Amino acid sequence: MTEASLAAPLPRAPRPGHRLPAAAVTAVLLVILGLSAVASLSLGASGIRPWEIWSRDLSPSERAILFEIRLPRLLLGLLVGAGLAMSGALMQGLFRNPLADPGLVGVGAGAGLGAVLAIVLGGLLPLGLQTALGTHLVPVSAFAGGWVAVLVLHRVAHLRGQTSIATLLLAGIVLSALAGAFTGILIFIADDAQLRDLTFWGLGSLAGASWAKLMAAAPIVLAGMALTPFLARGLDAMALGEAVARHLGQPVERIKRGAILAVAAMTGAAVAVSGGIGFLGIVVPHILRLAIGPGHRLLLPLSALFGAALLVAADTIARLVVAPAELPIGIIMALIGAPVFLWILLARRGQLEV
Amino acid sequence: MKGLLLAAGITLTPFMVAAQERVLSIGGAVSEIVAELGATGRLVGRDTTTTYPPELTTLPDVGYMRALSPEGLLSLNPDLILLSEGAGPPETLAMLEGAGVRMVKVPEGHDTGAVAEKVRVIAAALGMAAEGAALAEKLDAEITAAAAEAATGGPKPRVLFLLSNSGGRLTGAGTDTSAAAMIALAGGTNALPGFSGYKALGDEAITAAAPDVLLVMTRSGNAPSEGADYLDHPALAATPAGQAQRLIEMDGMFLLGFGPRTAPAIRALHTALFPGEG
Repeated sequence: MTEASLAAPLPRAPRPGHRLPAAAVTAVLLVILGLSAVASLSLGASGIRPWEIWSRDLSPSERAILFEIRLPRLLLGLLVGAGLAMSGALMQGLFRNPLADPGLVGVGAGAGLGAVLAIVLGGLLPLGLQTALGTHLVPVSAFAGGWVAVLVLHRVAHLRGQTSIATLLLAGIVLSALAGAFTGILIFIADDAQLRDLTFWGLGSLAGASWAKLMAAAPIVLAGMALTPFLARGLDAMALGEAVARHLGQPVERIKRGAILAVAAMTGAAVAVSGGIGFLGIVVPHILRLAIGPGHRLLLPLSALFGAALLVAADTIARLVVAPAELPIGIIMALIGAPVFLWILLARRGQLEV
Repeated sequence: MKGLLLAAGITLTPFMVAAQERVLSIGGAVSEIVAELGATGRLVGRDTTTTYPPELTTLPDVGYMRALSPEGLLSLNPDLILLSEGAGPPETLAMLEGAGVRMVKVPEGHDTGAVAEKVRVIAAALGMAAEGAALAEKLDAEITAAAAEAATGGPKPRVLFLLSNSGGRLTGAGTDTSAAAMIALAGGTNALPGFSGYKALGDEAITAAAPDVLLVMTRSGNAPSEGADYLDHPALAATPAGQAQRLIEMDGMFLLGFGPRTAPAIRALHTALFPGEG
């Protein structure tokens, strides 16, 4: 009897028959990552190739293209892609919901509000502060907005030493709506030029990549990533339900807080430097779960690998299709990612599990 | 010897402005002025807003002027980039500056002196100051004359400039816009004096504006005219303009560009506003 009632809420038994060996998946992902990285460094509006550096003297502008534009952009793409995909995997594990993405803890909406604030009202700041922040005003403000949203949410959902996931979810939706309303007010007072900036920010792009941005974002994203190995086992246990996880001896509260913190760091920094790049956080973990199963110890690092590869590949396409102009990367992600994901859903219906 | 030549080259650089042969023009009015100065042959690229003169549209397009990509611009290997004031994003501009490309910002503006100022800045950057001064003077005189002629019209019609009509939600031009400036220069009154910039309009605001004439931009390409959509809009249909079915459609860059074609644009708008005259 006790056994039966305990077994009832368990998810369906895993189907190991469909899984691919983890080593093979890792190897494939590494190859994809390597190929997209090489493509990203070698292809672009100008014909310059990285290996030409050994065969001839490069002009200053060719040097700038390789070392000031393509290289920081590649590294930023790896960082943002890994951070967003890992955040998605963490959120789906934490909420035990396949639709969960970083937007649920309000990071996206908060960061969006921060960016819009900076774009529309940045001109009202004291001149000294404006010059000091320069082009970093929008990223800094977006990052701050994301963090404020997470702190407020955590405060709301935290009661007597416990974080309620249900409250977190509802409060996240409410906070996103509120941030959306403030964003709406700002959009209303924005002028034509600012509106266009907002639109482009919302579509996401790595076009502004620079060493300065990379140096600012990298420590934050990497710190978030460094937290994830300590969360994997706990998230696996939480898939059976919070109570079960607690009985299994997992520090459930610490895991929840750690996951929220890691997501806020990775997504906050990623969104701040690249704008609104959606989709990665949902698609990457789901595809990987189909290949290797829902265990977080593999899922989290492989999500980072796959997310990085996918974003760099999408960015390379974004730079090439309409060269010398370029498309916002959000368009490419959705244009390629959505049909592929739909195809996987159709082909493997009923096998998605979180 | 080589070192000496190099040193000479460095000292000479500031005086060799005219040697800049690969020019990238960002901004519709900027490109029109470059063409008007007779420097079309030096252009190696343009942005999406450059649509006139038509031969410029065959140049490589580096994208929308507020979302420029650094590598895209550098790939055209420009010596000089002429940028309209609104061009960006700032990160791209900072990177181009770092790559050592000479950039000149051309001020925006929508008053009678703005066109001459743009011409002078662009001509100086191209090393064509003399031609620039002549062109600036000529355009300035043309615009002043066109505005003076337009000012002699009868009672000033109230003109409502509509930027867009997305599913019945209208965006109109308030003060401090190039549309408002053109309406005033052509002898009309802007029907929306209550706010600055372009704003979404409520139905009551449209009724209160009581425009005699609607002014809209022609759609690009072969898209069908939007005129009927505007005149069918319930709030607009009730205004004097709607009842008299008075709607003027003009090319956006021609009307609002504040470039070499501003004087003819003032005349064209004036003629459309006062159909009874001459």
